[in-house]
Amino acid sequence: MAVFTIIRSAINLGSAFLFGCTGETITEKSGHLNLGIPGVMCMGALGGCRGVALYMKGTDPANINGLLLLLSAMLFCIIYAGATGAIYAFLTVGLRCNQNVTGLTVTTFGIGCSKYFIKSVNTANFNYASESLSRLFPFSSKMNAFWQIFFGQGSLVYIAILIALITAYVFKKTRVGLKLRAVGENPAAADAAGVNVTKYKYCAILIGSAVAGLGGLFYIMDFLHGSWEYDVDSIGWLSVALVIFTLWKPDLGILGSFLFGALRILPTYISFLPRDIAGLLPYVVTVVVLIVTSVLDSKENQPPAALGLAYFREDR
Amino acid sequence: MSETNAKKVREPLFHITKRAALPFWKSTLIKVGGLLLGFLISGILVSALTGKSPFALYASLFKGNFGQEIRIWKLLRETALLLGIGLALLPAFKMKFWNLGADGQVLMGALVTAGLMYKLGPNANSAVVNILMIAGSIAAGVIWAVIPAIFKAKFKTNETLFTLMMNYIAAGITGYMISIWATNGSGTMGTIKYAWLPKLGNDSLLTVIVAVLLTALMFVYLRFTKHGYEISVVGESENTAKYIGINVEKVILRTLVLSGAICGLMGLLMAGSINHTISKTLVESRGFTAVLVVWLANFNPLYMVGTSFLIAFLQNGSSNVVTEFSLNDSSIASIITAVGIFCVIGCEFFIRYKFQLTKKKKEDK
Repeated sequence: MAVFTIIRSAINLGSAFLFGCTGETITEKSGHLNLGIPGVMCMGALGGCRGVALYMKGTDPANINGLLLLLSAMLFCIIYAGATGAIYAFLTVGLRCNQNVTGLTVTTFGIGCSKYFIKSVNTANFNYASESLSRLFPFSSKMNAFWQIFFGQGSLVYIAILIALITAYVFKKTRVGLKLRAVGENPAAADAAGVNVTKYKYCAILIGSAVAGLGGLFYIMDFLHGSWEYDVDSIGWLSVALVIFTLWKPDLGILGSFLFGALRILPTYISFLPRDIAGLLPYVVTVVVLIVTSVLDSKENQPPAALGLAYFREDR
Repeated sequence: MSETNAKKVREPLFHITKRAALPFWKSTLIKVGGLLLGFLISGILVSALTGKSPFALYASLFKGNFGQEIRIWKLLRETALLLGIGLALLPAFKMKFWNLGADGQVLMGALVTAGLMYKLGPNANSAVVNILMIAGSIAAGVIWAVIPAIFKAKFKTNETLFTLMMNYIAAGITGYMISIWATNGSGTMGTIKYAWLPKLGNDSLLTVIVAVLLTALMFVYLRFTKHGYEISVVGESENTAKYIGINVEKVILRTLVLSGAICGLMGLLMAGSINHTISKTLVESRGFTAVLVVWLANFNPLYMVGTSFLIAFLQNGSSNVVTEFSLNDSSIASIITAVGIFCVIGCEFFIRYKFQLTKKKKEDK
């Protein structure tokens, strides 16, 4: 039985990684390495909390409309995360600044802003809101631990999986996905073929940031049950790592995220190791898998060829 | 069909072209302009948040850095630390080896230093322990940097992620060692009273001297030696390097030994000369801040003196703003720092590109 509980919480925490990983994958497919994702996720969490507080302000906690609450939280989360992503997009696409520097600065900015402004958010009744957000099917509370894995999750978990699947489909099967990949692989060729490179880059970064921001919202409101913690950014770093780990494939990202979730949950269940050492598990496993995948090197599993390079049409 | 389409195409009002290289004074002027813009924006931002005048902010920024002698030393020390870690990253970055693991490498150096101070310090001669500390910290930094480098050289394992993970592993090991060493129950190491590095005037000067020496050496190493040449060839194109007979694997390993050694040395200074203690968060993400230092300086070790000074100035100044305005919250310091850096990197655009008004074409029918 305990195994099922662990799996349930692994998937639960994994969803936070999944949002971040899918968002970063979308961004990287356009050739932009956004190291600002941890900051974007912090801002998403802040925006989400704003949205929840706004909804809870005039609402009786016993009488929450789950859908409206979710929409309000998601809307503000997407606006905040998107706005943070827009700073990155303007600097790297518009002004062609260095992506690493801009990304790291966006992270500093996002962490600082979210810590500063969260204090002005009224977190009263957040536990009620979190209860509503972390259980989509009310009837599931009566089910046993096994069925909890599938039905006992919050609505954002299902949204995370859905977004990852849609993204995978768009990348593989649609014209838009093909063009986006072309922009990331060889922007000059895509430009010559009539793709609006700038537009694709902006859209990918903004959509990617919005998706990643939802991870922050999920982490605070669902996994931490509405209590603001300062380690949203560590979730962000692991999400960036996950993108490389899952070889820029959003469908693989689903499995990878759940694995990361499990690895991060497990140390609390391992009692024979010291806490500090058990906490190393996700990082050590990442390193091992990284080495194994690189030894089994294949030509298909490579990052987008133009990742990290600014595109200027008149360059040769 | 195509003709009607062509008529609909609207000519943009201006377009962007590349500039020829600007003279040094002009590009510096633009960068200073960017910095001033950053001050302006953060001034408006802070006064909107706190209701105080922006000039009070600027005064506080300067007072935080130059107000007292001790603050000037703190500014110099912070500059030296960022510069030192940046110099460690520089050769690796020039080779396009994205070492994001400086945090971990510095921390391991500091951990070994603190361990030796704590275990051997009470019973042995300080000078002997100091020598062991130097050797031990450098060895620890080297090991932490070389592990990812070996796999990068042999199997092309992604070094960005690998070095990032090594940071967390270093923090975990540090936490574990502290839990063994700290017997007072608080879970933190107090000040270790033995085997400090020799004091030169105050606890900052040694670090500053080391950073100055490192800057000069690194400048010479990268510009005038065969090693430096090989690093830049490997960075430009690995294939070219192979064709002209450079052993790429060897260069990667050698450079990362150097990178890790300097990181270990900075760890030695932080634990043995400045803080005299060890904690998981001792490095305070300077490894990431140093990445900014290197990029902002365009990989030039001499410019890095300026960029590390700028970042140290912003950080120290804005943390003084926090105390003076009694904001009870250090997070606004990172907002000010970030806005400043945004503007500096944004203005880089105007150094490399310029706007040109589009001329009306005469052959339009």
